[in-house]
Amino acid sequence: MQIRTAVTTALAATALIATGMLVGTQVNLLPVDASSNAAAYDSLFKVLFSIGTMLFAGILIVLVYSLVRFRRRAGDGADGPPTEGNLPLEIVWTAIPAVVVLFIGIYSYDIYERMGGMAPLDHDAMHHQASAMIEASVQPAASQAIGEDQTSGERVWGGIRPIDGDVLPVDVTAMQFAFIFHYPEGEITSGELHVPLGRPVELRMKALDVIHAFWVPQFRLKQDVIPGQPTVLTFTPTRAGTYPVICAELCGPYHGGMRTSVVVHEPDDYLAWVQANSPAITNT
Amino acid sequence: MTSISSSSAASAASGSTASASTTRTDSLLPEGSEHLASQESADAHHDARLFGLATFLVADGMTFAGFFAAYLTFRAVNPLPEGSTYELELLLPTINTVLLLVSSFTFHRAGQACRADQLSKARSWLLVTGGLGLAFLAGQMVEYFTLPFGLTDNLFASTFYALTGFHGLHVTLGAICIGIVALQTRPGGAISASSHFGLEAAELYWHFVDGIWVVLYGILYLL
Amino acid sequence: MTVATPRDLEPQLQEPLQPAGWLRYFSFSLDHKVIGLQYLVCGFFFYLVGGLLAGAIRTELATPLSDFMPRDTYNEVLTLHGTVMIFLWIVPVVNGAFGNYLIPFYVGARDMAFPRLNAVAFWMIPPAGLLLISSYFLAGAAAQSGWTAYPPLSLTTPAAGQIVWILSVLLLGGSSIFGAVNFIATVLKLRRPGLKLMQLPMYCWAMLGTSLLVVLSTPVLAGVLILLSFDIIAHTGFFNPALGGNVVVYQHLFWFYSHPAVYIMVLPAFGLVSEILPVHSRKPLFGYTTMVYSIMAIVFLGLIVWAHHMFTSGTPPWMRLFFTIATSFIAVPTGIKFFNWLATLWGGKIALNSAMLFSCGFILNFVFGGITGITLAQVPFDIHVHDTYYVVGHFHYIVYGGTVFVIFASLYHWYPKFTGHLLNEDLGRLHFVLTFIGFNLCFLPQHWLGLNGMPRRVAEYDPTFSTLNQVSSVGALIMAISTLPLLINVVVTALYGTPAGDNPWNALTPEWLTTSPPPVENWSGEAPLVTEPYGYGQHQPAGPSSHPLTPAA
Ligand code: HEA
Ligand code: HEA
Ligand code: CUA
Ligand SMILES: [Cu+2]
Repeated sequence: MQIRTAVTTALAATALIATGMLVGTQVNLLPVDASSNAAAYDSLFKVLFSIGTMLFAGILIVLVYSLVRFRRRAGDGADGPPTEGNLPLEIVWTAIPAVVVLFIGIYSYDIYERMGGMAPLDHDAMHHQASAMIEASVQPAASQAIGEDQTSGERVWGGIRPIDGDVLPVDVTAMQFAFIFHYPEGEITSGELHVPLGRPVELRMKALDVIHAFWVPQFRLKQDVIPGQPTVLTFTPTRAGTYPVICAELCGPYHGGMRTSVVVHEPDDYLAWVQANSPAITNT
Repeated sequence: MTSISSSSAASAASGSTASASTTRTDSLLPEGSEHLASQESADAHHDARLFGLATFLVADGMTFAGFFAAYLTFRAVNPLPEGSTYELELLLPTINTVLLLVSSFTFHRAGQACRADQLSKARSWLLVTGGLGLAFLAGQMVEYFTLPFGLTDNLFASTFYALTGFHGLHVTLGAICIGIVALQTRPGGAISASSHFGLEAAELYWHFVDGIWVVLYGILYLL
Repeated sequence: MTVATPRDLEPQLQEPLQPAGWLRYFSFSLDHKVIGLQYLVCGFFFYLVGGLLAGAIRTELATPLSDFMPRDTYNEVLTLHGTVMIFLWIVPVVNGAFGNYLIPFYVGARDMAFPRLNAVAFWMIPPAGLLLISSYFLAGAAAQSGWTAYPPLSLTTPAAGQIVWILSVLLLGGSSIFGAVNFIATVLKLRRPGLKLMQLPMYCWAMLGTSLLVVLSTPVLAGVLILLSFDIIAHTGFFNPALGGNVVVYQHLFWFYSHPAVYIMVLPAFGLVSEILPVHSRKPLFGYTTMVYSIMAIVFLGLIVWAHHMFTSGTPPWMRLFFTIATSFIAVPTGIKFFNWLATLWGGKIALNSAMLFSCGFILNFVFGGITGITLAQVPFDIHVHDTYYVVGHFHYIVYGGTVFVIFASLYHWYPKFTGHLLNEDLGRLHFVLTFIGFNLCFLPQHWLGLNGMPRRVAEYDPTFSTLNQVSSVGALIMAISTLPLLINVVVTALYGTPAGDNPWNALTPEWLTTSPPPVENWSGEAPLVTEPYGYGQHQPAGPSSHPLTPAA
């Protein structure tokens, strides 16, 4: 009897884990992935979806089984057994979720790290790290100049900023009810975001009136754009195409209409777009 | 069980009016009419009321804690505009702090006197306490009118007025309570050596308001 | 829902000016049972209002265009829906209604510690609620900035509506604090002599924990709303970046209340389920002690996880990490409670009546919502789905699938206590089936919508999402219809119901050891000393007459 219970439990657990993994890895609920972050995100999603399926299915099965197996038969007026608790059991079902949760927490930390979420936000600190300590000590004046470049040393309050080489900076201004993208490199201003495939993009975001949020579902990235508190968002597009840019923070009556597109070009097409839109051409 | 639950209504009526059972809370009677119930249950009720007040003061303290947290965060991350400063004139608020601390002590004396059945002495101490409270409010008013900044001048100014104003409201309420309690200590009033919930409640509240002020003084003036 | 009390009691015990009979329910009654039912009926009224607003939302969202109502009206509707459902339905009912009705029985008292304060706390609610709703008609515009009222949006939307909103939330918060003070004092100070804390029914513990949360967090909401109203009225700049203010500080203070608020909405529901499950499965509540500790652990953790609502708000990285870990750990004490409930069912003699159906529905829905909650707690996961329908799905699974299901379960379970009549089981099962189907149809697709790019709080959306939205709207329609069997059931039972007897479930908790409905001061004699509220099966041979009731000495 003891052995049979043990075997049944083991079998059930295996089946549950297998189902969970199967569902988690095979069922896709997400839109296409179009940025380097999306791939990391999707692997986290698969893990969470698998674990979630296991837990939910397990509880569903136990619950339905109990309701059927232990239902009160007609005419049975007796009480059930007076079991009041079981310490080993309590320990088991405290420990299992604790371990699971710890695992999830560490894993998602790792993913976040990979996305660049844990990198220091401070612009100066970043440049010191990136452009090497040697330079900083040898040429303090020069590195200072870098540190206070386009963002003019302004404090960045939040966001994601991995350390990377050749970033394409874009200034994003959010207002009721539009995003304006400004490219300091070519002095282009546009209502649509155009970016080249494979090159990291750094959005420096400011809001003029109320809080908005910049969201591209296919990039799996979102960042609030907060008046008075500049934020930053860095990503590398990995799939050419046109994706929606959605404002995700309630910002007034036309919040639902505050959307535009991000176009990820092949590098050549991007250059063409830059050429076509540079003020030198359009204005003269 | 069925025997208990189906007891007749008549025995119910007599049971609950006659018994001095300790679980009875005389709560269906208006508060303040505990003389109708036995001494025992009056005490139980009494106890719960002070306890309830203390719980409420914890809640009230959390409101202040929220304000303090907001103030400290503002101060840590939002620089003041050019030309403004966190510096404040210290003399008057320090005198005010002393006034409040002394008033806590005088209220304590009032409580002692009351429990010792010296009601007129208690009344005198209460009046002193109330006077100190009013002096504090007057000092606060003077400070408000001499400060170089107004409510909307900058973030610090707004927070300053919000915090001290909210505290001032508490002091005002406390002064009113002291007035009422002082009236009740007159001969024939509601307060006596054996029944002095009002006085104890006011005292607890007053100490609380003073305690808050000390914290407030620390982070607003000294920091 | 008129409750008849034995006529001959009233002259002696009622205050002279208190009306007798059903009129009591419309008066300033001091009886905890009357107040409890006042909370319940008042809350149910606002549930219908909130449901009507939800209906308007789902009608608007049945098509991708903003065609059913103007866009700013949509924002008013969703703000009112959230506010009404949380502050006027869930919080007053799971705390106020059941708390007031049951707690005095559970501690062996004849009333709450402060009956007057109790009545005041209740009577703050109807004016606050009517004020809130009337702002739509009277002030020209209701609040439009969501139930979170984030500045600077809340500073720029029509001021009158926002001020009324603040005022009524302050009133409701005050009512909630008064209630909590009363519950804490009642549980800790009014216990019948001989009754130990660890012998109390679980609902008392749940209410103790909840009340602690209310006392510690609601005042912070009050404080921040006062500052917000200064910004609107006096043009201070606390949260106005144009005047040097800081909008994120508002969010911290708001969520310092509003995250604990979710446990204020669910811990009492946990307590109620803990009362219902043992009775209908004829087994003691499994793991009493760990249940108590897990409640306290949830209270503690609940106070330190608020910033998981702000993962995209520009908080520093270390803070996001801390709040991810702390939030995830809430799964541990919550999990303990769920496994203990399953263990309570295991091996029992389960009667699958309406109360049990709704309780088991609660378990399923809540586990689902809890698991999506754990996913939301992971920063990298949340930055994609924050402020999308995934979140809307998450919290409706918990607030509706969790708490509202428990309210329905409790209604079936305690209705005989309130009235002396059993609700009809067939109608009850119909109610459950319709609710369960409608609920899942309505909110399950929303997770998919959110993952694929539908933000929340929008009146118009990408047409590719219309099919799923229509499914969701149909689900909402079924939920609306499912309210009918319940209403019919209550009305029919009140008129023609067959008497239930004093203790139809043979339950052991103290509220059943008196008449149904109970007399004004709860027991005709001494309050019974119930030291084993879950002593099922302990005194075999079992039967209705066997339970560990020690007559009072
Ligand atoms: C009663 C209400 C209630 C409750 C109880 C909860 C419970 C939880 N909530 Fe939820 N939540 C809301 C109501 C609620 N929530 C609301 C209203 C919002 C939106 C507010 C707004 O923006 O308008 C929200 C939003 C919200 C967010 C922010 C999302 C966003 O805006 O981006 C997050 C993020 O962490 C979150 C997490 C959680 C977690 C981790 C729990 C946990 O407590 C859940 C724990 C339970 C379980 C996990 C299930 C049982 C456990 C087991 C079976 C053990 C095994 C499990 C594991 C090992 C995982 N919730
Ligand atoms: C706390 C409890 C709670 C409850 C119970 C509900 C219940 C429901 N909610 Fe809601 N909801 C919230 C709390 C709650 N909600 C919150 C906090 C928000 C966020 C608001 C914000 O963003 O600021 C929200 C937001 C919200 C949205 C997102 C809006 C948006 O972001 O744009 C949606 C959309 O589907 C929705 C739908 C529903 C539906 C269909 C129900 C249904 O379950 C309702 C079922 C009930 C009925 C249908 C009532 C039946 C009765 C009648 C219809 C008859 C009426 C008759 C008379 C009055 C005589 N809710
Ligand atoms: Cu901008 Cu929503
Ligand atoms: Cu939360």
